[in-house]
Amino acid sequence: MAITTERASTTASSGASDQEPRRSSRTGPVLLTTLTWILGIGFFFPVLWMVLTAFKTEGDAQSNPPTFVFTPTFEQFRTVFDAGIGPYLANSLGATVISTVLVLLLAIPAAFALSMRPVEKTQDVLFFFISTKMLPVVAAIVPIYVVVNNVGLLDNIWTLIVLYTAMNLPIAVWMMRSFFLEVPSELLEAASMDGASLARTLREVVLPIISPGIFATALICVIFSWNEFFFAVNLTSANAGTMPTFLVQFVTSQGLYFAQLSAAATLAALPVILAGWVAQNKLVQGLSFGAVK
Amino acid sequence: MTSTLERPPAPSGPPPAPGQTPTRSARAEGWVRRAPLLPALVFTIIVTQIPFLLTIFYSLQSWNLVRPGSQQFVWFDNYVSVFQDSQFRGVALNTVIMTLGSVLIAVVLGLVLALLLNRHFIGRGIVRTLLVTPFLITPVAAALLWKTTLLDPTYGLINFVLSPFGVGEEAWISDFPLASVMVALIWQWTPFMMLLLLAGLQSMPTDQIEAARMDGAGAWAIFRELTLPHLRRFIELGTVLGAIYLVNTFDAVYMITQGGPGTASANLPFYIYQRAFLGFDIGQSAAMGVVVVVMTIIVATFALRLVFRSFGAAEGSN
Repeated sequence: MAITTERASTTASSGASDQEPRRSSRTGPVLLTTLTWILGIGFFFPVLWMVLTAFKTEGDAQSNPPTFVFTPTFEQFRTVFDAGIGPYLANSLGATVISTVLVLLLAIPAAFALSMRPVEKTQDVLFFFISTKMLPVVAAIVPIYVVVNNVGLLDNIWTLIVLYTAMNLPIAVWMMRSFFLEVPSELLEAASMDGASLARTLREVVLPIISPGIFATALICVIFSWNEFFFAVNLTSANAGTMPTFLVQFVTSQGLYFAQLSAAATLAALPVILAGWVAQNKLVQGLSFGAVK
Repeated sequence: MTSTLERPPAPSGPPPAPGQTPTRSARAEGWVRRAPLLPALVFTIIVTQIPFLLTIFYSLQSWNLVRPGSQQFVWFDNYVSVFQDSQFRGVALNTVIMTLGSVLIAVVLGLVLALLLNRHFIGRGIVRTLLVTPFLITPVAAALLWKTTLLDPTYGLINFVLSPFGVGEEAWISDFPLASVMVALIWQWTPFMMLLLLAGLQSMPTDQIEAARMDGAGAWAIFRELTLPHLRRFIELGTVLGAIYLVNTFDAVYMITQGGPGTASANLPFYIYQRAFLGFDIGQSAAMGVVVVVMTIIVATFALRLVFRSFGAAEGSN
C-alpha cells in the first residue's frame, strides 16, 4: 500500500519550514492540522455514507433525520446479487483486464520508440496521441454505433475492449515514455560497453527500472475502463453490459431505493477505489500524460 | 532531446553491407526504429480517426434512423439548423458554465487542500488517501450517491446538515439542476487538482522560501510572491486537463438530472446523445459533434501545447 507517501526530501523540507511558526505559537499548526482532518473527513464522508447506507434496512436508509446508529444487514447485498450482478461483474472484469493487457502490449514498444531510440517526428506523434484524447467521444459515438451495428457487434464485449484500448492507449504511451526517460543513460552506456545486446539490455537493465511504471500504468488503465459509462450504455445491453450499466439497469428495474442502490454502487466502486489507493502516487502522472511526476 | 539516448548507428544496426548505398541502410534503420511504434499508431488512427471522418460525412446528410430511406446528401443544411437551434446555443452555454465553473472551483479548493497537506502532521498519508477517494469512485455511482442519499429533499444528508442554518426540505436537483450536477463534478475533481498542485508544491525549492523568511517576509507575501508564481504552470495544466476531461461529462448529467428540467442542465454530450439515441437524428447529431470537436480543438491545441511546453514534457528534458 502506498498510502504514506511523503518523499524523504519533502518531509525534511516541510519539517524544516514548520519550525519557524512553531516557535512563536503552538496553536496555529494544531488548528491547521485539525482543519485539514475535518476537510479530509468531509470530502470522504459521502463515500462512507454510501457504504453505511448499503448496510441499512430500507427504512433506516430513508429516514428523516438520517439514521446514524443501526444494526447492519446484508439484505441489500443479497438483493443486488439476486438482481443478476454476476454477468455484469464478469463483463467489467473481462473488458478491463483484456483492454489493459492490450494497451500495455501496444504502448510499451511505442513508448520505447518515442524515447530511448526515438523515431523522427517524435513530437508530432506524441501530440497526435494526445490530440485523440481531446476529440470529444460524443462526436464519434454516432458512426461507431452505425458501424458496430452493421457488422453485428452491438452488445459484444469485444467492441468495448477495442474502444477501451483506444481510449487508454494515448495515456499509456505518454506515461510509459516518461518512465523510459527516467532510465539513467549511464546505465545503458555501460551495458553497451559491456557488449550487451539490445534485447539483453532491455530485459536486464531497463525492465527492472520501469516495471513499477508498468504497474502504475496498468492500474490507471484499469480505473478508466472499469469506470467507463458512455460507450457501455450506448453500445451494450443485456449481454455485454458492465458495472456502470448495471447500476442504471438496477435503478430502472428496482426504483430509487437508497439502501439497495448504495449496496450496488458500493460493489461497483470498490475495486477501483482499492486500485486507486494503491496507484495514488501515479494518478497525477497518468492523468497529466506524464507531465507531472 | 537532451536526455534521450542517441546511440551511434554502428553498434546497434548491422554495418552497411558492401555495395549497399548508405541511404538504403539508413532507411532500413529508420524502419527498425519505427516498427515498435507502428502497431499502436495504426490502431489509434483506425479506431479514433475513421469514426471522426465518418462523423463529418454523416453531418452532410439528412438521415433519421426511424425513417428508412430518408438518407440523402444535404451539404451544410444540418449545420445551418444547428446554429439556428436556440436549444443548442443554450446547451453550449451550459457546457461552458459546467466545464469552466467546475474546473475553476475545483482548482481553488484543490489549492487550499494542497497547501494544507503540504505540511508535516500526524496522519498526513491517511488524510491524503481520504481526500483522493472521491476521484476514484465510479462516476455513475458517485452521481447516484449525490442524487439519492445526499441531495434528496426529504432524506438527503445535505439538507440535514444545513437544517440548523434554516434550510428546509430544499429540492436541490429540481431547483438548481445545473449546480447540483456541478457539485458532484467538483467533489470528484477537487482531489485531482489537489494531487497535481501538491506535486507542484513539493517540487518547490525550499531555500528561496527560507531566504525570504530570513528577510522577514510574512506567510501571505511568501505565498503571493513565491508559491503562486511557482504553481502557475501547475494551475494552468490542471485547468486545461480538467477542462478536457470535464467537457465530456456525461455520466453525472445522465444520472442526476437527465439534462432536465427541459434542457436546463443538459450539456453538449448529453444533448447529442439525446438527438442520436432518442431522436435517431444521425445527420443533426453528427453535425453537432463536428461543431464540438472544432471548438475543442481550437481551445485545446493552443492551450495544451503552451502548457506542455512549459513543462518540457514532450521535449523529454524534465
